[in-house]
Amino acid sequence: MTHIPISVTVDGTVYDVEVEPRRLLVHFLREDIGRVGTVVGCDTSNCGACTVLLDGKSVKSCSVLAVQADGHAVLTVQGLAEGEHKWHPVQEAFKECHGLQCGYCTPGMVMAAVDLLQENPNPSEEEIREGLEGNLCRCTGYHNIVKSVEYAAELMGGKS
Amino acid sequence: MIPIAFDYVRPGTVDEAISALAAAGEDGKVISGGQSLMPVLRLRMAAPTTLVDIGSIAEMKGITDGGDHLVVGANATHYEVMNDALVKQHAPLLAQAAGTVADPAIRHRGTFGGSLAHADPAGDLPTVALALDATMVAKGPNGTREIAAKDFFVDYFTSALEPEEILVAVKVPKLGDGWSTHYEKFNRTAQAWATVGVAAAVKRQNGTITEARVALTNMGPSPVRASSVEAALAGAAATTDAIAAAAANAADGTRPTSDLHASAEFREHLAKVLTKRAVAQAAGV
Repeated sequence: MTHIPISVTVDGTVYDVEVEPRRLLVHFLREDIGRVGTVVGCDTSNCGACTVLLDGKSVKSCSVLAVQADGHAVLTVQGLAEGEHKWHPVQEAFKECHGLQCGYCTPGMVMAAVDLLQENPNPSEEEIREGLEGNLCRCTGYHNIVKSVEYAAELMGGKS
Repeated sequence: MIPIAFDYVRPGTVDEAISALAAAGEDGKVISGGQSLMPVLRLRMAAPTTLVDIGSIAEMKGITDGGDHLVVGANATHYEVMNDALVKQHAPLLAQAAGTVADPAIRHRGTFGGSLAHADPAGDLPTVALALDATMVAKGPNGTREIAAKDFFVDYFTSALEPEEILVAVKVPKLGDGWSTHYEKFNRTAQAWATVGVAAAVKRQNGTITEARVALTNMGPSPVRASSVEAALAGAAATTDAIAAAAANAADGTRPTSDLHASAEFREHLAKVLTKRAVAQAAGV
């Protein structure tokens, strides 16, 4: 099958590449351009480990074709921090509140939390749990993940 | 897994998409948000030779006021539908049910039209389309035709769309004064499909239910109206007892399956319980 030229902005850098139509966005990110911060979890669109923002909205990058991202902007967990030492408040909060155990779900959890907080800067605990329902933590470390999102909301000024 | 290789085209108009679908032959497949199709491709349960991506077609986007109905573009995402001011005002049942589909990331990609054309018996939005007497607008090589929701859902994962037709929009009638609605869904885990779901719309005048519509999710190969419940509710008092008595008929004429989520008997039980809850909530009792 013919490769198709696409132009995708990932974490602020434009990539002009050719991909097979069946290339999944997550495989494009990891294998074609080396953005390995986004991981593959379940491969059945359940777990959310591969969550990235596409034009600012969370999507599961295992369920989007790379060709469908042509002309659009992707933000991965690697593009969140401002420079080397200035983490995004959600990253900071996950560190402070121990919002990770094995860490495998973390890239997706962080991106889903970023999306959640831009939709709802001051979520209740229930809204956080609902908002993260598409992301699974197999360590079942949900308690501290919820605390992390609450603290991130505080850091970002949503909570007084 | 990695999908089997396919060709990919991204037409800019509906007419181009219809031509592309015709050119692709019988193994061509339409994709928009892809939230139902992508898992199927990755599990290699489908192997289309060509994907026709209609997701960029502007004329299939947006939600507009058509007078006595709303015109919802087939490409409107669940996220757009659940947050749209017109939908919230005139078809709150649709806004509410769209908000229960899967999870936020999937709602950002998945489309209203895709959910209907996929015709999954466990899908929430086909049931809502049936309850609201929506009309599907389909376009193919022979022009445009309209298909009533009651004729659109034919069988498991089978709609009335012809192979070369594309669902371009959905006309959703506005509910007038006196109507209120509720979608009640039972599932066991986060982001799961409905084990059973019930869409209820109730018109109340003082203490009486003058008209009711009830449709069921996952109680057969396609969504079904609970006609005997609707008949029992018409003219009934808006009381818990009257609603419970009517809801006892909810499983009449249904053909639920047994699967790993529930037995057919349990689904029949759920249909009655959830119908009672949905109607009571809609009727405000």
